[in-house]
Amino acid sequence: MSPTTTAPPRTAPVERGVGARVRRPDARLKVTGEFDYSSDLSADGVLWGATVRSPHPHARIRSIDTTRARAVPGVSTVLTHADVPGAKCYGLKVADQPVLAWDVVRYHGEPVALVAADHPETARRAAAEVIVDYEPLPPIVDSEDALADAAPPLHPDGNVVKHVHIERGDVAGAAARAEVIVRGEYEVGMQDQAFLGPESGLAIPTDFGVELHVATQWLHDDQRQLAACLGLPEHAVRIVCAGVGGAFGGREDLSMQVHASMLALHTGRPVKIVYGREESFFGHVHRHPARLAYEHGADADGRLVYVKCRTLLDGGAYASKSGAVCMVAAGTAAGPYVVPNVTLDVYATYTNNPPCGAMRGFGAVQSCFAYEAQMDKLAAALGLDPVELRRRNALETGGELPTGQRLDGPAPVAELLERLQAMPLPPEPDPDRARDIRELPGGVSNTTHGEGVRRGVGYAVGFKNVGMGGGVDDYSTARIRVCEQNGEPEVAVHTAACEVGQGGITIQAQIARAELGIDRVVVLPADTDVGSAGCTAGSRQTWLTGGAVKSACEAVRAELLRRAVERHGAHDSTLLLRDGAVVSENGELLATVADLVVDDPVEETREYRPPRRTEPLDENGQGNSFLSFGFAAHRAVVDVDVELGLVRVVEIATVQDVGRAINPLSVEGQIEGGIAQGLGLALMEQVQVRDGIVLNPSFTDYLIPTILDMPPVRSQILELPQPLAPYGLNGVGEPPTIASTPAIVSALRAATDQPLTRVPVRPDDIVGAMAG
Amino acid sequence: MRLTCTVNGERREADCAWEGESLLYVLRERMGLWGAKNACEQGECGSCSVYLDGTLVCSCLVLASQADGAEVRTVEGLAEDGELHPVQEAFVAAGAVQCGFCTPGLVVATHDLLERSPRPSDAEIREALAGNLCRCTGYEKIIDAVKDAATRLGSGD
Repeated sequence: MSPTTTAPPRTAPVERGVGARVRRPDARLKVTGEFDYSSDLSADGVLWGATVRSPHPHARIRSIDTTRARAVPGVSTVLTHADVPGAKCYGLKVADQPVLAWDVVRYHGEPVALVAADHPETARRAAAEVIVDYEPLPPIVDSEDALADAAPPLHPDGNVVKHVHIERGDVAGAAARAEVIVRGEYEVGMQDQAFLGPESGLAIPTDFGVELHVATQWLHDDQRQLAACLGLPEHAVRIVCAGVGGAFGGREDLSMQVHASMLALHTGRPVKIVYGREESFFGHVHRHPARLAYEHGADADGRLVYVKCRTLLDGGAYASKSGAVCMVAAGTAAGPYVVPNVTLDVYATYTNNPPCGAMRGFGAVQSCFAYEAQMDKLAAALGLDPVELRRRNALETGGELPTGQRLDGPAPVAELLERLQAMPLPPEPDPDRARDIRELPGGVSNTTHGEGVRRGVGYAVGFKNVGMGGGVDDYSTARIRVCEQNGEPEVAVHTAACEVGQGGITIQAQIARAELGIDRVVVLPADTDVGSAGCTAGSRQTWLTGGAVKSACEAVRAELLRRAVERHGAHDSTLLLRDGAVVSENGELLATVADLVVDDPVEETREYRPPRRTEPLDENGQGNSFLSFGFAAHRAVVDVDVELGLVRVVEIATVQDVGRAINPLSVEGQIEGGIAQGLGLALMEQVQVRDGIVLNPSFTDYLIPTILDMPPVRSQILELPQPLAPYGLNGVGEPPTIASTPAIVSALRAATDQPLTRVPVRPDDIVGAMAG
Repeated sequence: MRLTCTVNGERREADCAWEGESLLYVLRERMGLWGAKNACEQGECGSCSVYLDGTLVCSCLVLASQADGAEVRTVEGLAEDGELHPVQEAFVAAGAVQCGFCTPGLVVATHDLLERSPRPSDAEIREALAGNLCRCTGYEKIIDAVKDAATRLGSGD
């Protein structure tokens, strides 16, 4: 089935190749502090940029006066919308977001003006001297209000960014036949990516345009938008991926790219913009907060007969990736289950809240929280074990999604659950032994010594598409060059794939080693001097850029073998590459690769596209809109202090199918890190927005899990080959973040008997309701 | 204002244009020691952890002038003669580094923990490193790294 098994292997296995626990090539620089992040760059004569931002969620701009700011000693320039050289707006899908607002601001923190100065503090103080005369307007801060007929449109086309409607079968008929019906309303808070390295970069004016070193997820889409806003041809804008301090979707949209470049072009000097944490909260999109109303009907055996949902995703002020998030939320809305009849409606709206867009899990997170809560509710109504209910309804290979898409790859929903249930539970606490308070809810705050603490266990399973769906031309590009260095062959891998911490560079090198039988591989910095790799998003880079590297290596190998045949007269079909040499089937040395390339390096560039194109959904939400799917199941064990509403997660167990673990060390890292973000959403993370104003833009007030909050993770990795992908691999990054949240909340419900319909769960949700 | 201090064993001087500059800013922007990171500027994340006269501090919360005459040790001062410190070696080997932005702070904090407690329990590790946020790893491999570092240091590796 796998394309890799159709041809005989032409390369002998190598150490540190595909499947090996290879260390990161950049780890040494990262542990010594020598690795250059986008915030660690400087240049002679560098200026610091600062951004003037709106204090209002919705206001008309009457005037902007920069006189006083310009007069601050040390200030080089102050720019407004009038100074934007090209397109005034940008956007990933829809160019609706102003580089600098001119007539209206639509969210708290929207950029209005820019300052460049010789010291960051001077720039900040001058920014405070820019006088903007605002006429505050009533903000729309609720998606339901935004949809109302009387709502004033925030954008010319109205307040609906996207509505996906999926209709299949006969819901009314199924509802009439259903033995059990459960309904629920759920809410997901606005989560922040909270990558550790705030937005930053250095823009350097060049003879033709600008060179930008920036932390981003997609160099070429930055280049496209940046060139348009600067009024420059794309080739005049060179972008280099500087060291990225995490991303998780928060670096898909532009942040300071145009701003720093405008200041650099205007002053003729290098300009550095480095956000602090507070500005970072305003500088990128968040995970869409959601309200989800669900109805599930089942027969007496617990087989789902229909699912209805109406989900509102608050997209905030600008479109960003709301349309695509909406499609994924709808496409996964019924869960990884066989459901013959559905009516699924998902809306993404404009409001005056902070813009929302991509974050790990991308719409699948919100839907999973609701459908898994519903499955627990249905199990309770039927008197069935919740895992057994899921198993009875589990999708499998050959099954169909509500979109009509047939699952032709692995869909091991039942197997994941069975394996998960078979994993041992952590031991129950010994009632006769005093527990270490660090293991208890409240921890070192010393709020309990075990009294009032109850244990709960919960399960959840989730899935998400891999790759860009909906008909996007998804591809990546790789250039592979083999040359000779000191008598040894060396491979250089050049792609534009952004390494954001996930380990793509490790995998690219592993694939090159495996394909070429050459140990020495250098992964060059990602930049726009090579073709697009697409976005480091959607769990797609190992597949797409991995596929491009493999394909370019195959072309290089063919050329190396051709040269060996030409020079040494052997029969091509019997040759292979091993340990830097071309050898015959029986291991006889024909030529070293170093000799074959010594005066004439081999270089090949290839684009890779997956063997199947996706398509947009039709008006009934039908179509093969996704490339493939990744599945993961989670089990949470929690201890809850039911008097104080405090929670300690004892353990998370997980089983995930990854197709093929190209680097098991990286796979484990993705699983453990993804679960931590799922735990954060379950228990603590929410951007608090009141009347459109962000209340907690700091790590003092927006809490992410610490090492004390994270329990041990017990993981089991399944490797069921994905037939469409190179090596049978599958996307890994997002599934850990999807079902971990509902598993934790399910465990909390088991411990407290409370409905807990919103995340993050607050102490009040546990205690207040109990008191009542 | 002129600041004089010892950084990683070397006497260093810096002229601060503004008296409000933090030790973190001076280390990075004036001394070119980019290892300590700014991720929260509030002492919440530990990415800027350094030693100040032997005490682990968040350098974002220390005014540069407070470091005048002091001895500062940063992540750049842990490796000797190009050889990684066992803590650094362990972080690399365990896969405890992903984006790595938190890593310099965690390496310094782990170094400090193992100086005080050469064989820490899991709970002790968690308590000691609770001031260092990591968004990528879920901390599992960081705990592995700390234990491995303790072993390496204990065996004189």
